[in-house]
Amino acid sequence: MPTTYLEAIREGLWEEMERDPNVFLIGEDIGIYGGAFKVTAGFLEKFGERRVVDTPISESAIVGASIGAGLMGLRPVAEMQFSDFISCGFDQIVNFAAKCRYRWNAAVPIVVRAPSGGGIHGGPFHSQNPEMWFVRTPGLKVVAPATAYDAKGLIKSAIRDNDPVLFFEHKGLYRRIKEDLPSEDYTVPLGKAKIVREGSSLSIITYGAMVWVALDAAEQLAAEGIDCEVLDLRTLAPLDRDAVCETARKTSKVLLLHEDTQTGGLAGELAATLTERVWEYLDGPIVRVTAPDTPVPFSPPLEEAFLPNAEKVVAKARWLHRY
Amino acid sequence: MSAAELITPHVAGIAGEQAAVAHRCLYYMSLMREVEDRIERKLYRQGKIIGGVYVGRGQEAIPVGTSLLAEPDDVLLPSHRDMAVFFVRGVPAARIFAQYMGRVGGLTRGRDGNMHMGDMKLRIVSIVSAMAACVPVAAGAALALKYQGTRGVAFCYFGDGATSRGDWHEGLNLASVQKLPVVFICNNNQYAYSTPVSKQMACRDVADRGPGYGIPAEVVDGNDVLAVYEAGRRAVAHARAGEGPYLLECKTFRMTGHSAHDAADYVPKDLWDQWAKLDPIARLETRMIENGWTTQAECEAARARILREVDEAVAWAENSPYPDPATLLDDVYEQ
Repeated sequence: MPTTYLEAIREGLWEEMERDPNVFLIGEDIGIYGGAFKVTAGFLEKFGERRVVDTPISESAIVGASIGAGLMGLRPVAEMQFSDFISCGFDQIVNFAAKCRYRWNAAVPIVVRAPSGGGIHGGPFHSQNPEMWFVRTPGLKVVAPATAYDAKGLIKSAIRDNDPVLFFEHKGLYRRIKEDLPSEDYTVPLGKAKIVREGSSLSIITYGAMVWVALDAAEQLAAEGIDCEVLDLRTLAPLDRDAVCETARKTSKVLLLHEDTQTGGLAGELAATLTERVWEYLDGPIVRVTAPDTPVPFSPPLEEAFLPNAEKVVAKARWLHRY
Repeated sequence: MSAAELITPHVAGIAGEQAAVAHRCLYYMSLMREVEDRIERKLYRQGKIIGGVYVGRGQEAIPVGTSLLAEPDDVLLPSHRDMAVFFVRGVPAARIFAQYMGRVGGLTRGRDGNMHMGDMKLRIVSIVSAMAACVPVAAGAALALKYQGTRGVAFCYFGDGATSRGDWHEGLNLASVQKLPVVFICNNNQYAYSTPVSKQMACRDVADRGPGYGIPAEVVDGNDVLAVYEAGRRAVAHARAGEGPYLLECKTFRMTGHSAHDAADYVPKDLWDQWAKLDPIARLETRMIENGWTTQAECEAARARILREVDEAVAWAENSPYPDPATLLDDVYEQ
């Protein structure tokens, strides 16, 4: 029986709560309603109000209370109803959680789950990809799984990790993808990228929902004799720079792809890393396919124009291949 | 020198207990005053202090009168004018001097300065600079105390200015809805940097805001340490009994600028004069002498002992090394 991406996250949370009595959930509408996306449906009935805490609409208090509980040795998993609202808890994340260990050696073992991404016609406030605000904040770990297997394995690792972890789960993948998962307990390590398609012509480096766009593009390009390697970063901070450089050394051409907008997006950091470390291996410019620097538009034709897709990747990859 | 050595039980019974509390209060308030004076008026001017200096001169009764009520399970979140919380919890003055000097011996090993420090072994949470950020964190610590089945209470400290921030309101509301054991302790020192409390809020007292969140609140004379102690006892008992949070507003005055570089010319002179007469340490000493709990000579001897303690602490801190730049990258994440 294949498991959806959403169900995989749910299973990961459930199993961690069964395994460790210090794990609890906190957020808006996560209890009786089971969460806006139903990720935590049934948790209140199973674990009770003590471990499934419905809160007022107070993102800063949700994160702050998670920090306080985390300092005391609990392992809270906070839910932002949409990642767009994480900005309301921004100060707690970047000034409090991120800096405790460095400043005064205090562990903040919290997870902040944030449903993110577009393609669901959610408009400017239910579609954003705010991961880079946190990737550039030392002390935070940032995870963005693309597959059901990774979503389950990474949420477990995030909960077991002793540092604050932001877990960006893509709404567009929740029910769209599924796969058979191992029945036994497993984790996926934080900080490790994964080659999801081997290839020799060029490398597409990406994460989250764009992994599927990359794979789609790679299939189309294969028919033209362009053999793409696809690297799924899985964790954005700490970044697996070795894996990034390794695929670049192998194929010598790199296309960077993300759903986030362009300026200040991860592609810029990846390009700089590649230039510094493997410049002499490159046979072409490092190219980007990203969303443009606009808010996420609402109406379908606008949102389709906004989001990267296989067609845009194919066009850019063809150009790079010819270079 | 421990507080216990200073306690001279002249009287028995309830009066004796009061006398013992008064002696402990006097010791910790005096130590805080002397340490902060040394930092602000001597070491800072000598260029030995790194960065900003924010002291709680005139406000010592608030951290002392409340934190003396804390039990080992309790968690404390002192703000930047609450140094005495660290002393009451057993942190030696030497480590605080080292903290202000950016030395390895400070609680943050040179990673942060002034009162930005904590130690979870002592159950003290470090503040950050954003005012009231500690308020939701206190709610979370209290949630953990309850979750873990203890009778512990979180002591959350802040000033009047912090009550304007959203975090303060979100934190109080969450704590009240969840009936969490938190005592919210406001030092209303009349000024947030240069802004008088009248431009901070339109209600008369910070305590007015408690009932809006379903939280009982009271105003206490923050320059009377025994009154703070008594009010704190009511507040802590309420929280410890599982009745939910309590808001204690301690009226006081910041007998200094916002920081060592601020001459506070914006404060009318008559306010300084008026509050100088209400100095919490002088008031306690007078009361103790009147009650026969101590003598002028004993007070002077105690102050001399504290000055020696401070001298030794400064010497220790000056001998503590600066952090090694090779450690720059350590502890961003667990290693």
